[in-house]
Amino acid sequence: MTPDGITAHGLTRRFGATTALDGVDLAVPRGSVLGLLGPNGAGKTTVVRILATLLEADAGSASVGGFDVRTQAHEVRRRIGLTGQYASVDEKLTGRENLKLIARLLDLDRRTATQRTDTLLAEFDLADAADRPVLGYSGGMRRRLDLAASLVGRPAFLFLDEPTTGLDPRARLALWRLVRRLVAEGTTVLLTTQYLEEADALADRIVVLDRGRVIAEGTADELKARVGAQTLVVRAQDPAQLPELVAILEAVSGQRAETDERRASVPAADPALLPQVLRRLDGAGIAVDELLLRGASLDDVFLALTGHHAESADDDTEDAA
Amino acid sequence: MSPAREARPERIGPARTLRQIRALAWRSILQIRHNPFELGDYSIQPIIFLVLFLFVFGGAVAGSTADYLRFILPGVIVMNMAFVTTYVGHGLNADLTKGIFNRLRALPIARAAPLAGRICADLVKQAWSVALLLAVGFLLGFRMEAPWPGALAMIALLLVFALALSWIMVLAGVLARDPEHVQIFGYTTLFPITFVSSAFVPVETMPAWLQPVVGANPISLLTDACRGLLLGGPVLAPAAGALLWAAGIAAVFVPLSLWALRRRLARG
Repeated sequence: MTPDGITAHGLTRRFGATTALDGVDLAVPRGSVLGLLGPNGAGKTTVVRILATLLEADAGSASVGGFDVRTQAHEVRRRIGLTGQYASVDEKLTGRENLKLIARLLDLDRRTATQRTDTLLAEFDLADAADRPVLGYSGGMRRRLDLAASLVGRPAFLFLDEPTTGLDPRARLALWRLVRRLVAEGTTVLLTTQYLEEADALADRIVVLDRGRVIAEGTADELKARVGAQTLVVRAQDPAQLPELVAILEAVSGQRAETDERRASVPAADPALLPQVLRRLDGAGIAVDELLLRGASLDDVFLALTGHHAESADDDTEDAA
Repeated sequence: MSPAREARPERIGPARTLRQIRALAWRSILQIRHNPFELGDYSIQPIIFLVLFLFVFGGAVAGSTADYLRFILPGVIVMNMAFVTTYVGHGLNADLTKGIFNRLRALPIARAAPLAGRICADLVKQAWSVALLLAVGFLLGFRMEAPWPGALAMIALLLVFALALSWIMVLAGVLARDPEHVQIFGYTTLFPITFVSSAFVPVETMPAWLQPVVGANPISLLTDACRGLLLGGPVLAPAAGALLWAAGIAAVFVPLSLWALRRRLARG
């Protein structure tokens, strides 16, 4: 564990009767990307808010770049950028004015401020829209501006709180490219997301959070190996044959199958699973009208790790607000 | 943690703090440029009020529009000051609900800067609308009867009172669910308070039981002081009364608002 990265020990935080965080440990070595994966209400945003000095933990400690988030908050703030559902840009100002405001607040001199603003607007593909009020920006443009705003101070540590939630696939890919470039330049990133795919695409390591607790940790590949990289979904033409179908899937995969009215699914870690299943189905005379392999989702991870689905917490004062 | 990294006590000097407040006040002013409707609210709206009152009620209340203008201009100026303070709460609430306040709090800036910037920007708006109303009044035929520094003293008095009143709107801004609710709160409280005052009609024409209420109303005191400063007449007593109100409002609402703000930020 590098003291210069981001660390957290036993972070605990309650909101009234709700325990949002229950002893969370984290370590993000300098220059790496940690993906914090979990459903709404898991406590992801609370972790980010504590690390970004916006909220105090009830117990536990955390540091960013070697500075304690509680006692050296100012030093932490000088080194971090915050983007996502909890940080935002001013819709009534233009893109350029938003960045200039941050530059002025950071006490950059006029030339540096103008230079950095221009560079960021160009890099983030916002030069054409720079002098229009943000109110008219698309979702993707807003997120890019939001990210640009958190980079004006050249932070060594970046918190991305669900940076692509609500974006269309193209805008999401564009944002991923920007994040990868920052990482290549040496920025340490803590990313929260509800998408396993996103954590897989960006993060070196993934921490899975459920109801305020860390329930798994590892690289994307390690997690997938535990979960099954893919899920095999089969639909029987005749619903009456579903129990038979389930028996075959469970026998072949050695794992419990999930079912709805006509479909059954099992984690498919082993590529040899598919042909085996097909042979058995054929042998049993089960006609199939849908058969697909899909990538593991957050829900699959949860099911495999906890035995329950990735439910959002009832209390939405925390992540969802 | 290595000893070299021990905390330098975090100090943001007064000069830097002021620069940050200025930058944030600049932001609030810039918002107007892209949102001209807001400018209309404290430019065109008070002018419409002035003109409507003047030509609709002037004859009935004062016998002539010329006499009524003399009476009502200070009243409209004070009423407008009260309504403009709602923008502090409105803007603060928008910043809180949209996450801008968090972005600012995560920056290495003075903790007081975001709120102070809002309030300072509001004072600029206040000064602007007072000057505008004086100019329009002049065009309609209003003339100062007291020495001219009276106008400056009036602006200063109004700004001090606005500063105190803003803190009620800060509280509303912290507690409200969305910016529109702040506006609704502001209008529903300020309309009765400004109308049950000496701003638009002479107190003597009101029922006897209402007169003491009207007399103690800070809007009345402020209006009377402004009349004195523009037209001559007693200033000291109503101005002292208004300032006492301002001090009282600040004493209650500054700590209350800051407490509520901290609570809201800790809750998320």
